Amino acid sequence: MNKEIAGTTVDVNEEGYLTDMSQWNEAIAAAIASEEGVGPLGDGHWKVIRYLREQQAKGAALTIRSMGKSGIVTTKELYDLFPGGPLKKSSKIAGIPKPVGCI
Amino acid sequence: MNPSDDKQPVKKVCIIVSRGSLDGVYPALIMANGARMEGIEASLFFTFFGLNALVKKTLDHLKVATVGNPAMNMAMPMLGMPMTMPFPTWMGGLPGISAFATGLMNKKMEELDIPPVGEFLELISDSGGKIFACKLAMDMFKLKQEDLSDRVDGVLTVGQFYEESAGEGTHILFT
Repeated sequence: MNKEIAGTTVDVNEEGYLTDMSQWNEAIAAAIASEEGVGPLGDGHWKVIRYLREQQAKGAALTIRSMGKSGIVTTKELYDLFPGGPLKKSSKIAGIPKPVGCI
Repeated sequence: MNPSDDKQPVKKVCIIVSRGSLDGVYPALIMANGARMEGIEASLFFTFFGLNALVKKTLDHLKVATVGNPAMNMAMPMLGMPMTMPFPTWMGGLPGISAFATGLMNKKMEELDIPPVGEFLELISDSGGKIFACKLAMDMFKLKQEDLSDRVDGVLTVGQFYEESAGEGTHILFT
């Protein structure tokens, strides 16, 4: 379905995740972040968001463990940056699909 | 009333881990970590044989039970044979079989990005999950807190564990 976020019409699923990551831009990220109670987005957030988009483009499966080992962010920092669901919320803000794994 | 109104979210899970085999410990670790990833508070209370998962000397050496485990079959330890073919208990008792099956499972888990126990405790602790040991079981096994992983938040009595579990939307699970 369509949703207007930050002045752009994008395709999202019923949970509000972008279904086409190429429709994403930084203004959209900021708007989703404030909806999710995250931010304002700082350097730490952007580093994670960019890393997530790179990994998604490569088709890598994202887990909380792989994030902690990425060298981009520690587990603690990730939980502090995206409170209430670190991987779920960061993925939503990054415009990539919701992670499906259990780890 | 909107049907979704009576769906109270889970706010906190407190998981009691009383078994110390690989398959006795991992489900609790995975459930606790999964809770934190969903923004749900999580605490783990290790008692009885579950303490093996906290003792520094044993925590990364937990084993799969290959004896007295009727659910064990030839497919489970990744032997590539059908699930309908039983894994006989007498075979499970042969020297080295439990270690062998454990090794195969650990390898499979690593492929799925499931960390070893020590690293898993760190992950849960870093995510804000709490890790406790049972005082009575500690006394029984003559263990001291310095024998345990430094990620253990404390040694609690049963009463203290229930106090720790207080709050609306808390679920206490026994594994």
